[in-house]
Amino acid sequence: MTNFFTTSIGRKILMSVTGLFLIMFLLVHLTVNSMILFDGTGDLFNRAAHFMATTPLIKVVEPLLAIGLLAHFLIASLITFQNQRNRNVTYGAFGRYEARNASQGSTWASRNMYILGTVIIVFLVIHLINFFWKMKFTGDPLLSEVIINGEHMENAYALVTGLFINWKWSVALYVVGAIALGLHLYHGVWSAFQTLGWSNKKWRKILNVIGVLFSTLLALGYAIIPLYVMIRSMI
Amino acid sequence: MKLTLKVWRQAGPKDKGQFETYQLDNASLDMTFLELMDALNEKLIAEGKDPVAFEHDCREGICGSCAMMVNGRPHGPGQEITTCQLNMKAFKDGETITVEPWRTNSFPVIKDLVVDRSSFEKIMEAGGFVNVEVGSAVDSNTYKVSKARADEAFDAAACIGCGACVAACKNSSAMLFVAAKVSQYALLPQGKTEGVQRAWNMLAKMDELGFGSCSNTGSCEAECPKGVSLSHIARLNREFIKAGFRKAGAEKL
Amino acid sequence: MAKLDAKIPNGPLAQKWTNHKNSLKLVSPANKKKMDIIMVGTGVAGAAAAASLGQMGYNVKVFCFQDSPRRAHSVAAQGGINATKNYRNDNDSVYRLFYDMIKGGDFRAREANVYRAAEVSSSIIDQLTAQGVPFAREYGGNLTTRSFGGVQVSRTFYAQGQTGQQVLLGSYSALKRQAAKGSVTMYERRQMLEIVTIDGKARGIICRNLVTGEMERHSAHAVVMATGGYGTIYFLSTLAVNSSGEAAYAAYKKGAFFANPSFIQIHPSCIPQLNEYQSKLTLMSESLRNDGRVWAPKAQGDKRKPNEIPVEERDYYLERRYPAFGNLVPRDIASRAAKERCDAGYGVGETGYAVYLDFSDAIKKQGKKVIENKYGNLFDLYEKITGESPYKMPMKIYPAGHYTMGGLWVDYNLMTTIPGLYAIGEANFSDHGANRLGASALMQGSGDGYFVLPITINDYLADEIQTPKISTDLPEFHDAENEAKARIEKLMNINGKTSPLAFHKKLGKIMWDRAGMARNAEGLKKGIEEINQLEDEFYKDLNITGSTDSMNQTLERALRVAASFEIARLIIYDALNRNESCGAHFREEYQTQDGEALRNDEEFSYVSVWEYQGNQKMPNLHKEDLVFEEVKVQQRSYK
Repeated sequence: MTNFFTTSIGRKILMSVTGLFLIMFLLVHLTVNSMILFDGTGDLFNRAAHFMATTPLIKVVEPLLAIGLLAHFLIASLITFQNQRNRNVTYGAFGRYEARNASQGSTWASRNMYILGTVIIVFLVIHLINFFWKMKFTGDPLLSEVIINGEHMENAYALVTGLFINWKWSVALYVVGAIALGLHLYHGVWSAFQTLGWSNKKWRKILNVIGVLFSTLLALGYAIIPLYVMIRSMI
Repeated sequence: MKLTLKVWRQAGPKDKGQFETYQLDNASLDMTFLELMDALNEKLIAEGKDPVAFEHDCREGICGSCAMMVNGRPHGPGQEITTCQLNMKAFKDGETITVEPWRTNSFPVIKDLVVDRSSFEKIMEAGGFVNVEVGSAVDSNTYKVSKARADEAFDAAACIGCGACVAACKNSSAMLFVAAKVSQYALLPQGKTEGVQRAWNMLAKMDELGFGSCSNTGSCEAECPKGVSLSHIARLNREFIKAGFRKAGAEKL
Repeated sequence: MAKLDAKIPNGPLAQKWTNHKNSLKLVSPANKKKMDIIMVGTGVAGAAAAASLGQMGYNVKVFCFQDSPRRAHSVAAQGGINATKNYRNDNDSVYRLFYDMIKGGDFRAREANVYRAAEVSSSIIDQLTAQGVPFAREYGGNLTTRSFGGVQVSRTFYAQGQTGQQVLLGSYSALKRQAAKGSVTMYERRQMLEIVTIDGKARGIICRNLVTGEMERHSAHAVVMATGGYGTIYFLSTLAVNSSGEAAYAAYKKGAFFANPSFIQIHPSCIPQLNEYQSKLTLMSESLRNDGRVWAPKAQGDKRKPNEIPVEERDYYLERRYPAFGNLVPRDIASRAAKERCDAGYGVGETGYAVYLDFSDAIKKQGKKVIENKYGNLFDLYEKITGESPYKMPMKIYPAGHYTMGGLWVDYNLMTTIPGLYAIGEANFSDHGANRLGASALMQGSGDGYFVLPITINDYLADEIQTPKISTDLPEFHDAENEAKARIEKLMNINGKTSPLAFHKKLGKIMWDRAGMARNAEGLKKGIEEINQLEDEFYKDLNITGSTDSMNQTLERALRVAASFEIARLIIYDALNRNESCGAHFREEYQTQDGEALRNDEEFSYVSVWEYQGNQKMPNLHKEDLVFEEVKVQQRSYK
């Protein structure tokens, strides 16, 4: 196994596994966030957030998540760098080929996974500063304690909705992030299964459908929350 | 039919190379693209100039020689064709057609449109065969292969080794080429025994030769003149993962 | 030069090969390691032989002009490969395949060689299957077969319409396996220009490195020519544009005799020439005649669309003339019948030089799906080229040059008249007589490569074990290299105006008109004059741009065309000499009342074997009499 992960397929497998792991997080995260949509008082969301913040499981998962994300990004950087080097970019106004057409049958998303990934990372940093950082370390006036069913907890709901209400541009930023994520997953989901060898002529079609549905669901889900909060505050 | 051809000219491997533009006034819709190249070369020879070097042989889409990028697509516009099967009906009168060689560090240019594809030979030598001695074969029907499997193996075996997959791939990956061979043998009982080892060896050689990795964009499949499917790459991945597990268990496969 | 000795073993036909094998000398493994063999050409025969010899322990040096052995023109064979497996219990046997080939070859092939080819055919299928060649299978998992022309059993194994590709890739993979082991050294992109002989024995070759332009000397204890045929002599043919027979011709000039050069197969079903620019013709596999019916309109110059011509106004002329074999008559007969219809004014298409190959009945009977399964890729190929779908409209077909039965003369051991120089596959003459049956080219090439040459060559090399590695500094190498250089110099210094391609086109036209499907003495004689004239012009007006010290495809082509002139003349000498019609060689003066080939066994039951005497000089004719011990020679009939 020593050099399995230095081969091109081995590295791609790491990408797939970390990617699928991150997808699971995305699902959980979206589930928690969607509580914002279903309860205008914020109790539901606050309780979910409190549960997530206090469950011991998360203590284990959180560092794993950080490692997974870092690995996903670093390996992607390595692969992309190597692939760039393998291509011949010694001539032509546009790089490899003068007439750029050599991408038949491939989607824009599939060819720009690294760019999409970078957009997502940038978004993620801002996102973490917005919420995670404040909740974990610095705190924020909006996070003042609430008591739900006799239990004390941070008012995460106020922090989240406060951002989207007070700073309208953040909504645009979050929508862009959601779209980038959707496109990334649009190719990423089926690609992960293909790399793991879980595909054939028949399953490829099914996986493609799953990929489209899943990426649309996630992109819509993540985009709707800030939009909903903002629009509700305006009417 | 009048055409402008913008052709990559490079005198040798070390030459920097540049585009040259040529006018052709006597092209015909009935020509194939290689016949157009013939016509261009006839014109150049008549003018005392060096004709454009390009590879071609069978001219019926099976030998895999005629490697060239036509308007940014391997073997030009069209599905499942080689350049020799590319009809001039695919172009319009007055059009400018750009012709370039395959471009990747693993296929260095020898001259003009001729590239060195010997890296494919090295991949084949790394495991593109069944280890069977001449003269030691058993009766063919000892191997039973379901029609579906035999057909699937044939689909993979149809690869003509042209390199279009590498040319089309944004990563210059040779995965489809490697997968076609690995998959063909993995599907057949004759080749299955060493299937896992083969996957490892051929892939390792592909990596070593500087081909990129696969990111499943699918442009290789779209440009493959024989329509070799991405599902063979999935099979290669399966075989390769098995190889990884076996290697973890014991160094010797 | 000594009298021709074919070295046919004694004994009953069925025992000859076995007895012969038992009597051949062997070379010990330790000695094999010390010996070199040069293989020129990497088609089915060359790759198979190189792989086999490498496996046996010899050092094999393999040469091809392509960038990979996988591109050799065997790759284009479509229909299949014959073998006497008798899987269908249709009473097939070695004898039957042998007899079909002898009869198909119009009794102009050497009995013993043909029998051997049939004998090893069964092992070839096993060998290829073991190598992972994906032959077509039945639903039950067993190999399936189909019928081919000139045969009444079903013995042709196939891999869709790409059998040649799959069979070649099988040998190629075996070759790559040996290359990985180091027993085979690959030399791609080399054009062989000269054979080097030392004390009368073949000891090496001179070739041009097509990338650097350098001349290279390579030595060996024996040299094998697996260089294919010379079918591009007609310019337009089903062959790869570079299949010129140039290398075999270099051997001929060096003293190897050339046999039956005029026996060139014209394949009946090719897509007709569509325009003047065309650089090649595309074959439509003979297997299509399993289900396709050939016809022409009953009325002359009928310009209606094929679908508008009612059945009773169609002339299914093959079924009419040859009821027993119908559409599956051998190629020479089908080709001539098509020509006869077209010459008489019944042809179709714009030029009137085409006939229909119609699948509508088969589609009606078996359903579109079944037909698609059998011929889908051929139908697609046809549609790609012509824009018409054979599912809806009958194919238009016309004959075109396809395969050369003639080639270097070899004895039973496949050795040419130069000791130590062997010829295998299409490059030799031995198995197909005056006409080759479909699906037997892959069979013969594989047979020679896997199971014949690797056995027989030991007999020669056993006497060479004392010969040390041959130095390439010997004067013979020096002279041969200078000769090759001089040839190139000569061509480069003409500085005329016309390209080699233009000359090739003109030569092709002469050959098709004078020595194509039908020949006559007067035309042939004119042909020689025309060739001489064109050749003189070639040496005055040829234009090769570029230099000799790098890749120069114009020069490569010019060298091939230069050889083609000489081969063309040789074909005509042979056609003129053979005052009879047999197989693919049809002399208009010699035909039966109903237009069939009229053989003259009294005078021409021999292989005509030509010995080079200098360019534009009449070569010496030697005759190898054909002795038929087993079969009764009779008028060939498919009626």
